[in-house]
Amino acid sequence: MQSILSITDLNKTFAGGFKALQDINLEIHPGEIFALLGPNGAGKTTLINIICGITNLTSGSVSVGGHHIVNEYRQARSLIGLVPQELTTDAFETVWDTVNFSRGLFGKPNNPPYLKELLQDLSLSDKTHNKLMTLSGGMKRRVMIAKALAHEPRLLFLDEPTAGVDVELRKGMWEQVRELRESGVTIVLTTHYIDEAEEMADRIGIINHGKIILIENKFDLMKKLGTKHVALDLKEPLVNFPESLATYNLKMNGSQLIYTYDSQKEDNGISELFEKLIHAGIQVKDLHTKESSLEEIFVELVRKR
Amino acid sequence: MKMRAVKTIYLFEMARTWRTIWQSVASPVISTSLYFVVFGSAIGSRITEIDGISYGSFIVPGLIMLSVLTQSISNASFGIYFPKFTGTIYEVLSAPISYVEIVLGYVGAAASKSFILGVLILATAGLFVPLEIQHPFMMVMFLLLTSVTFSLFGFLIGIWADGFEKLQIIPLLIVTPLTFLGGSFYSIKMLPPLWQKISMVNPVVYLISGFRWSFYGQADVGVDISLAMIAVILITCMLTVRWIFNTGYQLKN
Ligand SMILES: Nc1ncnc2c1ncn2[C@@H]1O[C@H](COP(=O)(O)OP(=O)(O)O)[C@@H](O)[C@H]1O
Ligand SMILES: [Mg+2]
Repeated sequence: MQSILSITDLNKTFAGGFKALQDINLEIHPGEIFALLGPNGAGKTTLINIICGITNLTSGSVSVGGHHIVNEYRQARSLIGLVPQELTTDAFETVWDTVNFSRGLFGKPNNPPYLKELLQDLSLSDKTHNKLMTLSGGMKRRVMIAKALAHEPRLLFLDEPTAGVDVELRKGMWEQVRELRESGVTIVLTTHYIDEAEEMADRIGIINHGKIILIENKFDLMKKLGTKHVALDLKEPLVNFPESLATYNLKMNGSQLIYTYDSQKEDNGISELFEKLIHAGIQVKDLHTKESSLEEIFVELVRKR
Repeated sequence: MKMRAVKTIYLFEMARTWRTIWQSVASPVISTSLYFVVFGSAIGSRITEIDGISYGSFIVPGLIMLSVLTQSISNASFGIYFPKFTGTIYEVLSAPISYVEIVLGYVGAAASKSFILGVLILATAGLFVPLEIQHPFMMVMFLLLTSVTFSLFGFLIGIWADGFEKLQIIPLLIVTPLTFLGGSFYSIKMLPPLWQKISMVNPVVYLISGFRWSFYGQADVGVDISLAMIAVILITCMLTVRWIFNTGYQLKN
Protein backbone atom coordinates (compact mmCIF):
# COMPACT_ATOMS: atom_id res chain seq x y z
CA MET A 1 0.00 0.00 0.00
CA GLN A 2 1.47 3.34 -1.06
CA SER A 3 1.65 5.98 1.63
CA ILE A 4 -0.49 9.07 1.16
CA LEU A 5 2.09 11.07 3.06
CA SER A 6 5.74 10.22 3.18
CA ILE A 7 8.31 12.18 5.19
CA THR A 8 12.00 11.38 4.97
CA ASP A 9 14.76 12.80 7.19
CA LEU A 10 12.98 16.09 7.66
CA ASN A 11 14.70 18.87 9.58
CA LYS A 12 13.61 22.39 10.37
CA THR A 13 15.86 25.02 11.85
CA PHE A 14 14.32 28.44 12.38
CA ALA A 15 16.15 31.64 11.50
CA GLY A 16 17.35 32.09 15.08
CA GLY A 17 19.02 28.68 14.95
CA PHE A 18 16.31 26.88 16.91
CA LYS A 19 15.92 23.27 15.80
CA ALA A 20 12.17 22.77 15.75
CA LEU A 21 12.21 19.39 13.97
CA GLN A 22 14.97 16.80 13.80
CA ASP A 23 15.21 13.74 11.56
CA ILE A 24 11.50 13.20 11.16
CA ASN A 25 10.49 10.05 9.30
CA LEU A 26 6.83 9.26 8.94
CA GLU A 27 4.52 7.33 6.61
CA ILE A 28 0.77 7.85 6.68
CA HIS A 29 -1.43 5.12 5.20
CA PRO A 30 -4.48 5.95 3.11
CA GLY A 31 -7.71 5.88 5.07
CA GLU A 32 -6.26 5.93 8.57
CA ILE A 33 -6.62 8.36 11.42
CA PHE A 34 -3.19 9.22 12.70
CA ALA A 35 -2.72 11.18 15.90
CA LEU A 36 0.41 13.18 16.47
CA LEU A 37 0.63 13.48 20.18
CA GLY A 38 2.97 15.78 22.04
CA PRO A 39 3.16 18.58 24.57
CA ASN A 40 2.99 22.25 23.61
CA GLY A 41 6.02 23.39 21.66
CA ALA A 42 6.90 19.85 20.51
CA GLY A 43 6.84 20.87 16.83
CA LYS A 44 3.43 19.55 15.72
CA THR A 45 2.26 22.76 14.06
CA THR A 46 5.65 23.31 12.45
CA LEU A 47 5.49 19.85 10.90
CA ILE A 48 2.01 20.42 9.50
CA ASN A 49 2.93 23.88 8.21
CA ILE A 50 5.86 22.43 6.30
CA ILE A 51 3.75 19.75 4.67
CA CYS A 52 1.14 22.32 3.66
CA GLY A 53 3.62 24.82 2.20
CA ILE A 54 3.21 27.50 4.87
CA THR A 55 6.73 27.09 6.25
CA ASN A 56 9.86 26.23 4.27
CA LEU A 57 11.74 23.11 5.28
CA THR A 58 15.46 23.12 6.01
CA SER A 59 16.35 19.65 4.74
CA GLY A 60 14.74 16.33 3.94
CA SER A 61 11.86 15.52 1.67
CA VAL A 62 8.11 15.25 1.90
CA SER A 63 5.67 13.87 -0.64
CA VAL A 64 1.91 13.72 -0.67
CA GLY A 65 0.19 11.13 -2.84
CA GLY A 66 3.59 10.52 -4.45
CA HIS A 67 4.09 14.20 -5.32
CA HIS A 68 7.07 16.07 -3.91
CA ILE A 69 5.79 19.07 -1.95
CA VAL A 70 8.33 21.48 -3.44
CA ASN A 71 8.86 20.30 -7.00
CA GLU A 72 5.26 19.25 -7.55
CA TYR A 73 3.55 21.56 -5.13
CA ARG A 74 0.46 21.99 -7.26
CA GLN A 75 -0.41 18.29 -7.32
CA ALA A 76 0.66 17.78 -3.71
CA ARG A 77 -1.29 20.69 -2.24
CA SER A 78 -4.44 19.89 -4.23
CA LEU A 79 -4.69 16.73 -2.14
CA ILE A 80 -4.40 18.49 1.21
CA GLY A 81 -6.94 20.20 3.41
CA LEU A 82 -5.81 22.08 6.49
CA VAL A 83 -7.66 23.18 9.59
CA PRO A 84 -5.12 25.31 11.44
CA GLN A 85 -4.77 25.55 15.18
CA GLU A 86 -5.80 29.19 15.41
CA LEU A 87 -9.32 30.24 14.51
CA THR A 88 -8.53 32.73 11.80
CA THR A 89 -11.45 33.94 9.75
CA ASP A 90 -12.44 37.04 7.87
CA ALA A 91 -14.98 38.55 10.24
CA PHE A 92 -17.03 40.29 7.57
CA GLU A 93 -17.33 37.36 5.20
CA THR A 94 -20.37 35.09 5.16
CA VAL A 95 -20.03 31.34 5.61
CA TRP A 96 -21.11 30.78 2.02
CA ASP A 97 -18.62 33.27 0.58
CA THR A 98 -15.74 31.93 2.60
CA VAL A 99 -16.23 28.28 1.57
CA ASN A 100 -16.56 29.36 -2.05
CA PHE A 101 -13.39 31.38 -1.69
CA SER A 102 -11.54 28.33 -0.40
CA ARG A 103 -12.74 26.20 -3.28
CA GLY A 104 -11.86 28.83 -5.87
CA LEU A 105 -8.43 29.36 -4.36
CA PHE A 106 -7.67 25.70 -5.01
CA GLY A 107 -8.74 26.18 -8.61
CA LYS A 108 -11.81 23.96 -8.42
CA PRO A 109 -14.89 24.86 -10.49
CA ASN A 110 -17.96 26.06 -8.60
CA ASN A 111 -20.08 23.31 -7.10
CA PRO A 112 -22.88 24.73 -4.97
CA PRO A 113 -24.61 21.36 -4.34
CA TYR A 114 -21.39 19.89 -2.93
CA LEU A 115 -20.78 22.89 -0.68
CA LYS A 116 -24.39 22.91 0.50
CA GLU A 117 -24.13 19.27 1.46
CA LEU A 118 -20.82 19.92 3.19
CA LEU A 119 -22.34 22.69 5.29
CA GLN A 120 -25.27 20.45 6.09
CA ASP A 121 -22.98 17.63 7.23
CA LEU A 122 -21.25 20.09 9.54
CA SER A 123 -24.59 21.39 10.88
CA LEU A 124 -23.98 24.82 9.41
CA SER A 125 -26.90 25.00 6.99
CA ASP A 126 -28.84 27.56 8.98
CA LYS A 127 -25.73 29.77 9.22
CA THR A 128 -24.97 29.76 5.50
CA HIS A 129 -25.55 33.47 5.04
CA ASN A 130 -24.37 34.65 8.44
CA LYS A 131 -21.22 36.70 8.80
CA LEU A 132 -18.41 34.80 10.46
CA MET A 133 -18.11 37.27 13.32
CA THR A 134 -21.62 36.34 14.46
CA LEU A 135 -20.69 32.68 14.98
CA SER A 136 -19.61 30.95 18.17
CA GLY A 137 -16.16 29.41 18.55
CA GLY A 138 -17.43 25.90 17.91
CA MET A 139 -19.22 26.99 14.75
CA LYS A 140 -16.17 28.86 13.52
CA ARG A 141 -14.14 25.70 13.96
CA ARG A 142 -16.67 23.84 11.82
CA VAL A 143 -16.50 26.59 9.20
CA MET A 144 -12.74 26.11 9.13
CA ILE A 145 -13.30 22.39 8.55
CA ALA A 146 -15.76 23.21 5.77
CA LYS A 147 -13.16 25.53 4.20
CA ALA A 148 -10.55 22.79 4.40
CA LEU A 149 -12.89 20.28 2.74
CA ALA A 150 -14.25 22.71 0.15
CA HIS A 151 -11.81 21.51 -2.52
CA GLU A 152 -12.38 17.81 -1.79
CA PRO A 153 -8.96 16.89 -0.37
CA ARG A 154 -7.74 13.32 0.21
CA LEU A 155 -5.67 14.15 3.27
CA LEU A 156 -6.95 16.34 6.05
CA PHE A 157 -4.84 17.93 8.78
CA LEU A 158 -6.59 18.91 11.98
CA ASP A 159 -4.22 20.89 14.16
CA GLU A 160 -5.50 20.63 17.73
CA PRO A 161 -9.13 20.39 16.66
CA THR A 162 -10.50 20.39 20.18
CA ALA A 163 -8.18 22.79 21.98
CA GLY A 164 -10.33 25.06 24.10
CA VAL A 165 -13.52 23.22 23.14
CA ASP A 166 -15.88 22.05 25.88
CA VAL A 167 -16.52 18.37 26.58
CA GLU A 168 -19.81 18.15 24.74
CA LEU A 169 -18.42 19.76 21.59
CA ARG A 170 -15.31 17.61 21.74
CA LYS A 171 -17.46 14.47 21.57
CA GLY A 172 -19.30 15.95 18.60
CA MET A 173 -15.99 16.76 16.91
CA TRP A 174 -14.75 13.21 17.39
CA GLU A 175 -17.93 11.91 15.82
CA GLN A 176 -17.47 14.22 12.83
CA VAL A 177 -13.89 13.13 12.34
CA ARG A 178 -14.97 9.49 12.29
CA GLU A 179 -17.62 10.30 9.70
CA LEU A 180 -15.01 12.04 7.58
CA ARG A 181 -12.85 8.98 7.64
CA GLU A 182 -15.87 6.91 6.57
CA SER A 183 -16.08 9.15 3.53
CA GLY A 184 -12.56 8.09 2.59
CA VAL A 185 -10.46 11.02 3.80
CA THR A 186 -7.18 10.24 5.54
CA ILE A 187 -6.84 12.22 8.73
CA VAL A 188 -3.80 13.46 10.60
CA LEU A 189 -4.67 15.22 13.81
CA THR A 190 -2.48 16.72 16.47
CA THR A 191 -3.39 16.90 20.08
CA HIS A 192 -1.91 17.18 23.47
CA TYR A 193 -4.90 15.40 24.98
CA ILE A 194 -4.01 11.77 25.37
CA ASP A 195 -7.61 10.62 25.68
CA GLU A 196 -8.28 12.18 22.31
CA ALA A 197 -5.55 10.17 20.61
CA GLU A 198 -6.68 7.09 22.49
CA GLU A 199 -10.29 7.65 21.49
CA MET A 200 -9.80 8.42 17.82
CA ALA A 201 -6.57 7.21 16.31
CA ASP A 202 -5.64 4.03 14.52
CA ARG A 203 -1.98 4.85 14.98
CA ILE A 204 -0.22 7.25 17.25
CA GLY A 205 3.04 9.12 16.85
CA ILE A 206 4.59 10.70 19.89
CA ILE A 207 6.64 13.82 19.35
CA ASN A 208 8.70 15.71 21.89
CA HIS A 209 11.36 18.40 21.46
CA GLY A 210 11.11 18.13 17.68
CA LYS A 211 11.77 14.40 17.55
CA ILE A 212 9.35 11.57 16.93
CA ILE A 213 9.93 9.24 19.84
CA LEU A 214 7.73 6.46 18.62
CA ILE A 215 5.08 5.51 16.08
CA GLU A 216 2.84 2.63 16.94
CA ASN A 217 -0.52 1.09 16.26
CA LYS A 218 -2.66 2.30 19.14
CA PHE A 219 -3.49 -1.15 20.50
CA ASP A 220 0.08 -2.38 20.11
CA LEU A 221 1.26 0.71 21.90
CA MET A 222 -1.08 0.08 24.76
CA LYS A 223 -0.24 -3.60 24.87
CA LYS A 224 3.47 -3.12 24.51
CA LEU A 225 3.89 -0.44 27.03
CA GLY A 226 0.80 -1.04 29.06
CA THR A 227 1.14 -2.38 32.53
CA LYS A 228 -2.05 -3.84 33.90
CA HIS A 229 -3.33 -3.80 37.41
CA VAL A 230 -5.56 -6.36 39.07
CA ALA A 231 -7.35 -5.18 42.14
CA LEU A 232 -8.60 -7.94 44.44
CA ASP A 233 -11.28 -7.08 46.96
CA LEU A 234 -10.80 -9.36 49.95
CA LYS A 235 -13.51 -10.64 52.24
CA GLU A 236 -11.52 -9.57 55.25
CA PRO A 237 -8.52 -7.27 55.57
CA LEU A 238 -5.24 -9.13 55.95
CA VAL A 239 -3.92 -9.17 59.47
CA ASN A 240 -0.49 -10.40 58.55
CA PHE A 241 1.03 -10.71 55.17
CA PRO A 242 1.77 -14.33 54.17
CA GLU A 243 5.45 -15.09 53.47
CA SER A 244 4.51 -16.89 50.25
CA LEU A 245 3.24 -13.65 48.62
CA ALA A 246 6.35 -11.58 49.29
CA THR A 247 7.74 -11.93 45.73
CA TYR A 248 4.65 -10.44 44.09
CA ASN A 249 5.22 -6.85 45.06
CA LEU A 250 1.63 -6.49 46.18
CA LYS A 251 0.18 -3.26 47.40
CA MET A 252 -2.29 -3.23 50.24
CA ASN A 253 -5.07 -0.71 50.14
CA GLY A 254 -7.56 -1.28 52.95
CA SER A 255 -9.11 -4.63 52.13
CA GLN A 256 -7.88 -4.38 48.55
CA LEU A 257 -4.79 -6.09 47.20
CA ILE A 258 -3.30 -4.60 44.04
CA TYR A 259 -1.14 -6.64 41.74
CA THR A 260 0.72 -4.86 38.94
CA TYR A 261 2.06 -6.90 36.03
CA ASP A 262 3.39 -6.51 32.55
CA SER A 263 0.67 -7.48 30.10
CA GLN A 264 3.13 -8.24 27.28
CA LYS A 265 4.77 -11.11 29.20
CA GLU A 266 3.61 -14.62 28.43
CA ASP A 267 3.83 -15.62 32.06
CA ASN A 268 2.21 -12.89 34.05
CA GLY A 269 2.00 -14.91 37.24
CA ILE A 270 -1.70 -14.42 37.79
CA SER A 271 -2.69 -18.09 38.07
CA GLU A 272 0.16 -18.74 40.51
CA LEU A 273 -0.91 -15.80 42.59
CA PHE A 274 -4.44 -17.17 42.86
CA GLU A 275 -3.15 -20.61 43.88
CA LYS A 276 -1.08 -19.06 46.62
CA LEU A 277 -3.97 -16.92 47.81
CA ILE A 278 -6.15 -20.01 48.14
CA HIS A 279 -3.30 -21.83 49.84
CA ALA A 280 -2.97 -19.04 52.37
CA GLY A 281 -6.71 -19.18 52.99
CA ILE A 282 -7.34 -15.67 51.68
CA GLN A 283 -10.80 -15.27 50.17
CA VAL A 284 -11.43 -12.95 47.23
CA LYS A 285 -14.80 -11.22 47.02
CA ASP A 286 -14.36 -9.42 43.69
CA LEU A 287 -11.71 -8.38 41.19
CA HIS A 288 -11.14 -5.72 38.52
CA THR A 289 -8.40 -5.04 36.00
CA LYS A 290 -7.27 -1.72 34.68
CA GLU A 291 -4.98 -0.89 31.75
CA SER A 292 -2.62 2.02 32.03
CA SER A 293 -3.82 4.99 30.02
CA LEU A 294 -1.83 6.69 27.33
CA GLU A 295 -1.28 9.43 29.85
CA GLU A 296 0.76 7.07 31.98
CA ILE A 297 2.52 5.64 28.95
CA PHE A 298 3.36 9.11 27.74
CA VAL A 299 4.71 10.29 31.06
CA GLU A 300 6.79 7.15 31.19
CA LEU A 301 8.17 7.67 27.68
CA VAL A 302 8.99 11.31 28.07
CA ARG A 303 10.71 10.63 31.35
CA LYS A 304 12.88 7.95 29.75
CA ARG A 305 14.33 10.28 27.12
CA MET B 1 -1.65 29.18 -14.66
CA LYS B 2 -4.77 28.72 -12.56
CA MET B 3 -6.93 31.63 -13.62
CA ARG B 4 -9.74 30.54 -11.32
CA ALA B 5 -7.51 31.02 -8.29
CA VAL B 6 -6.34 34.43 -9.54
CA LYS B 7 -9.94 35.45 -10.12
CA THR B 8 -10.91 34.24 -6.64
CA ILE B 9 -8.29 36.41 -4.95
CA TYR B 10 -9.04 39.33 -7.27
CA LEU B 11 -12.77 39.26 -6.59
CA PHE B 12 -12.23 38.82 -2.86
CA GLU B 13 -10.05 41.92 -2.80
CA MET B 14 -12.50 43.89 -4.94
CA ALA B 15 -15.35 42.86 -2.64
CA ARG B 16 -13.45 44.41 0.24
CA THR B 17 -13.69 47.70 -1.65
CA TRP B 18 -17.42 47.41 -2.28
CA ARG B 19 -17.97 47.04 1.45
CA THR B 20 -16.36 50.43 1.96
CA ILE B 21 -17.50 51.91 -1.32
CA TRP B 22 -18.34 55.32 0.08
CA GLN B 23 -14.99 55.66 1.69
CA SER B 24 -13.31 54.49 -1.50
CA VAL B 25 -15.18 56.86 -3.81
CA ALA B 26 -16.16 59.80 -1.68
CA SER B 27 -12.80 60.48 -0.09
CA PRO B 28 -10.81 60.97 -3.33
CA VAL B 29 -13.63 63.02 -4.86
CA ILE B 30 -13.87 65.26 -1.82
CA SER B 31 -10.13 65.71 -1.42
CA THR B 32 -9.70 66.50 -5.11
CA SER B 33 -12.42 69.12 -4.88
CA LEU B 34 -10.64 70.60 -1.87
CA TYR B 35 -7.37 70.79 -3.78
CA PHE B 36 -9.11 72.77 -6.49
CA VAL B 37 -10.65 75.13 -4.00
CA VAL B 38 -7.38 75.69 -2.15
CA PHE B 39 -4.73 75.46 -4.86
CA GLY B 40 -6.76 76.25 -7.93
CA SER B 41 -8.54 79.29 -6.55
CA ALA B 42 -6.18 80.68 -3.94
CA ILE B 43 -2.87 80.09 -5.69
CA GLY B 44 -4.31 80.06 -9.18
CA SER B 45 -5.30 83.71 -8.78
CA ARG B 46 -1.60 84.57 -8.43
CA ILE B 47 -0.05 82.04 -10.80
CA THR B 48 -2.26 82.34 -13.79
CA GLU B 49 -0.44 80.20 -16.32
CA ILE B 50 2.39 77.68 -16.50
CA ASP B 51 3.72 76.78 -19.94
CA GLY B 52 0.66 78.43 -21.41
CA ILE B 53 -1.75 76.24 -19.44
CA SER B 54 -4.09 77.69 -16.81
CA TYR B 55 -2.89 76.79 -13.32
CA GLY B 56 -6.06 74.86 -12.48
CA SER B 57 -5.66 72.64 -15.52
CA PHE B 58 -1.92 72.35 -15.00
CA ILE B 59 -2.26 70.66 -11.63
CA VAL B 60 -4.80 68.02 -12.74
CA PRO B 61 -2.29 65.35 -13.91
CA GLY B 62 -0.20 65.87 -10.78
CA LEU B 63 -3.23 65.55 -8.52
CA ILE B 64 -4.27 62.32 -10.20
CA MET B 65 -0.76 60.91 -9.85
CA LEU B 66 -0.62 61.97 -6.22
CA SER B 67 -3.76 60.01 -5.36
CA VAL B 68 -3.03 57.04 -7.60
CA LEU B 69 0.44 56.66 -6.12
CA THR B 70 -0.56 56.88 -2.48
CA GLN B 71 -3.73 54.81 -2.92
CA SER B 72 -1.92 52.09 -4.86
CA ILE B 73 0.59 51.75 -2.10
CA SER B 74 -1.86 51.85 0.76
CA ASN B 75 -4.39 49.51 -0.88
CA ALA B 76 -1.89 46.91 -1.93
CA SER B 77 0.14 47.00 1.27
CA PHE B 78 -2.96 46.66 3.41
CA GLY B 79 -4.39 43.96 1.14
CA ILE B 80 -1.52 41.58 1.88
CA TYR B 81 -0.60 42.82 5.34
CA PHE B 82 -4.08 42.25 6.76
CA PRO B 83 -4.27 38.48 6.08
CA LYS B 84 -0.73 38.21 7.45
CA PHE B 85 -1.86 40.03 10.56
CA THR B 86 -5.05 38.00 11.10
CA GLY B 87 -3.47 34.71 10.02
CA THR B 88 -5.85 34.01 7.14
CA ILE B 89 -2.85 34.07 4.80
CA TYR B 90 -2.33 30.39 5.66
CA GLU B 91 -4.95 29.50 3.11
CA VAL B 92 -3.30 31.39 0.26
CA LEU B 93 0.11 29.95 1.11
CA SER B 94 -1.21 26.39 1.26
CA ALA B 95 -3.16 26.63 -1.99
CA PRO B 96 -1.79 24.92 -5.11
CA ILE B 97 -0.94 28.23 -6.76
CA SER B 98 2.31 29.90 -7.76
CA TYR B 99 3.50 33.22 -6.39
CA VAL B 100 2.80 34.79 -9.77
CA GLU B 101 -0.86 33.91 -9.35
CA ILE B 102 -0.93 35.30 -5.82
CA VAL B 103 0.65 38.55 -6.99
CA LEU B 104 -1.67 38.82 -10.01
CA GLY B 105 -4.69 38.48 -7.72
CA TYR B 106 -3.65 40.94 -5.03
CA VAL B 107 -1.77 43.47 -7.13
CA GLY B 108 -4.28 43.23 -9.95
CA ALA B 109 -7.08 44.19 -7.57
CA ALA B 110 -5.14 47.06 -6.00
CA ALA B 111 -4.13 48.37 -9.42
CA SER B 112 -7.71 48.17 -10.70
CA LYS B 113 -8.90 50.22 -7.77
CA SER B 114 -6.22 52.84 -8.37
CA PHE B 115 -7.04 53.02 -12.04
CA ILE B 116 -10.72 53.54 -11.32
CA LEU B 117 -9.77 56.13 -8.73
CA GLY B 118 -7.63 57.99 -11.29
CA VAL B 119 -10.54 58.08 -13.71
CA LEU B 120 -12.86 59.33 -10.95
CA ILE B 121 -10.51 62.15 -10.06
CA LEU B 122 -10.15 63.07 -13.70
CA ALA B 123 -13.92 63.26 -14.01
CA THR B 124 -14.17 65.35 -10.83
CA ALA B 125 -11.46 67.71 -12.11
CA GLY B 126 -13.41 68.08 -15.34
CA LEU B 127 -16.17 69.72 -13.31
CA PHE B 128 -13.82 72.47 -12.14
CA VAL B 129 -11.48 73.20 -15.03
CA PRO B 130 -11.31 72.71 -18.78
CA LEU B 131 -9.33 69.58 -19.67
CA GLU B 132 -7.50 68.63 -22.81
CA ILE B 133 -6.04 65.19 -23.46
CA GLN B 134 -3.69 65.28 -26.45
CA HIS B 135 -2.47 61.71 -26.19
CA PRO B 136 -5.30 59.65 -24.70
CA PHE B 137 -3.65 56.30 -25.36
CA MET B 138 -0.46 57.35 -23.58
CA MET B 139 -2.52 58.88 -20.79
CA VAL B 140 -4.18 55.51 -20.17
CA MET B 141 -0.81 53.75 -20.43
CA PHE B 142 0.78 56.04 -17.86
CA LEU B 143 -2.15 55.64 -15.51
CA LEU B 144 -2.13 51.87 -15.90
CA LEU B 145 1.63 51.48 -15.51
CA THR B 146 1.71 53.72 -12.47
CA SER B 147 -1.19 51.85 -10.85
CA VAL B 148 0.45 48.49 -11.42
CA THR B 149 3.96 49.58 -10.46
CA PHE B 150 3.02 51.23 -7.19
CA SER B 151 0.54 48.53 -6.26
CA LEU B 152 3.41 46.10 -6.62
CA PHE B 153 5.57 48.39 -4.50
CA GLY B 154 2.80 48.53 -1.87
CA PHE B 155 2.54 44.74 -1.95
CA LEU B 156 6.25 44.58 -1.10
CA ILE B 157 5.77 46.97 1.80
CA GLY B 158 2.88 44.85 3.05
CA ILE B 159 5.04 41.72 3.04
CA TRP B 160 8.01 43.45 4.61
CA ALA B 161 5.97 45.11 7.38
CA ASP B 162 5.60 43.21 10.63
CA GLY B 163 3.64 45.93 12.39
CA PHE B 164 1.28 48.77 11.60
CA GLU B 165 4.02 51.38 12.07
CA LYS B 166 6.17 49.79 9.38
CA LEU B 167 3.16 49.73 7.11
CA GLN B 168 2.84 53.50 7.43
CA ILE B 169 6.44 54.58 7.59
CA ILE B 170 7.53 54.31 3.96
CA PRO B 171 4.43 56.02 2.53
CA LEU B 172 4.69 58.71 5.20
CA LEU B 173 8.40 59.43 5.20
CA ILE B 174 9.35 58.72 1.61
CA VAL B 175 6.45 58.52 -0.80
CA THR B 176 4.42 61.53 0.31
CA PRO B 177 7.39 63.95 0.33
CA LEU B 178 8.55 62.67 -3.04
CA THR B 179 5.11 63.16 -4.56
CA PHE B 180 4.74 66.65 -3.16
CA LEU B 181 8.20 67.57 -4.41
CA GLY B 182 7.57 65.77 -7.69
CA GLY B 183 6.07 68.72 -9.53
CA SER B 184 2.38 68.14 -8.92
CA PHE B 185 1.78 71.80 -8.22
CA TYR B 186 4.56 73.45 -10.18
CA SER B 187 6.84 72.95 -13.13
CA ILE B 188 10.35 71.82 -12.30
CA LYS B 189 11.54 74.56 -14.65
CA MET B 190 10.29 77.13 -12.14
CA LEU B 191 12.88 75.99 -9.58
CA PRO B 192 16.39 77.42 -9.18
CA PRO B 193 18.97 75.44 -11.23
CA LEU B 194 20.37 73.57 -8.21
CA TRP B 195 16.94 72.34 -7.14
CA GLN B 196 16.18 71.38 -10.69
CA LYS B 197 19.20 69.08 -10.59
CA ILE B 198 18.24 67.65 -7.20
CA SER B 199 14.69 67.02 -8.41
CA MET B 200 16.05 64.75 -11.12
CA VAL B 201 16.79 62.02 -8.56
CA ASN B 202 13.12 61.98 -7.60
CA PRO B 203 11.43 59.26 -9.66
CA VAL B 204 8.01 60.83 -9.17
CA VAL B 205 9.12 63.84 -11.24
CA TYR B 206 9.38 61.56 -14.28
CA LEU B 207 5.95 60.06 -13.69
CA ILE B 208 4.19 63.37 -13.34
CA SER B 209 6.06 64.93 -16.20
CA GLY B 210 5.19 62.09 -18.57
CA PHE B 211 1.60 62.01 -17.44
CA ARG B 212 1.23 65.77 -17.88
CA TRP B 213 2.72 65.47 -21.34
CA SER B 214 -0.08 63.07 -22.31
CA PHE B 215 -2.53 65.85 -21.42
CA TYR B 216 -0.93 69.04 -22.67
CA GLY B 217 2.06 67.97 -24.73
CA GLN B 218 4.37 69.78 -22.27
CA ALA B 219 6.99 67.89 -20.24
CA ASP B 220 9.84 68.64 -17.85
CA VAL B 221 11.75 65.61 -19.11
CA GLY B 222 11.48 63.49 -22.23
CA VAL B 223 8.54 61.09 -22.42
CA ASP B 224 10.83 58.20 -23.27
CA ILE B 225 12.81 58.86 -20.10
CA SER B 226 9.59 58.93 -18.11
CA LEU B 227 8.52 55.58 -19.51
CA ALA B 228 11.96 54.13 -18.90
CA MET B 229 11.78 55.30 -15.30
CA ILE B 230 8.47 53.52 -14.68
CA ALA B 231 9.85 50.41 -16.36
CA VAL B 232 12.90 50.44 -14.09
CA ILE B 233 10.79 50.73 -10.93
CA LEU B 234 8.38 48.07 -12.16
CA ILE B 235 11.12 45.60 -12.98
CA THR B 236 12.90 46.24 -9.69
CA CYS B 237 9.67 45.51 -7.81
CA MET B 238 9.04 42.38 -9.86
CA LEU B 239 12.50 41.03 -9.15
CA THR B 240 12.10 41.76 -5.45
CA VAL B 241 8.76 39.94 -5.33
CA ARG B 242 10.35 36.95 -7.01
CA TRP B 243 13.19 36.96 -4.54
CA ILE B 244 10.75 37.14 -1.60
CA PHE B 245 8.71 34.17 -2.75
CA ASN B 246 11.76 32.12 -3.66
CA THR B 247 13.37 32.61 -0.27
CA GLY B 248 10.18 32.73 1.77
CA TYR B 249 11.31 35.99 3.36
CA GLN B 250 8.74 37.29 5.91
CA LEU B 251 6.18 34.84 4.54
CA LYS B 252 7.31 31.30 5.22
CA ASN B 253 9.69 31.79 8.16
N1 LIG C 1 8.61 31.31 13.41
C1 LIG C 1 9.28 30.73 14.42
N2 LIG C 1 10.53 31.13 14.74
C2 LIG C 1 11.21 30.54 15.74
N3 LIG C 1 10.75 29.54 16.50
C3 LIG C 1 9.50 29.09 16.24
C4 LIG C 1 8.70 29.66 15.20
N4 LIG C 1 7.51 29.01 15.16
C5 LIG C 1 7.56 28.09 16.16
N5 LIG C 1 8.75 28.13 16.80
C6 LIG C 1 9.18 27.27 17.92
O1 LIG C 1 9.17 25.93 17.46
C7 LIG C 1 8.73 25.08 18.50
C8 LIG C 1 7.60 24.22 18.02
O2 LIG C 1 6.44 25.01 17.85
P1 LIG C 1 5.08 24.40 17.34
O3 LIG C 1 5.34 23.63 16.11
O4 LIG C 1 4.10 25.49 17.26
O5 LIG C 1 4.70 23.41 18.54
P2 LIG C 1 3.34 22.65 18.86
O6 LIG C 1 2.42 22.88 17.70
O7 LIG C 1 3.73 21.22 19.02
O8 LIG C 1 2.81 23.22 20.12
C9 LIG C 1 8.35 25.97 19.69
O9 LIG C 1 9.41 25.95 20.61
C10 LIG C 1 8.19 27.32 19.06
O10 LIG C 1 8.53 28.32 19.98
MG1 LIG D 1 0.60 23.70 17.68
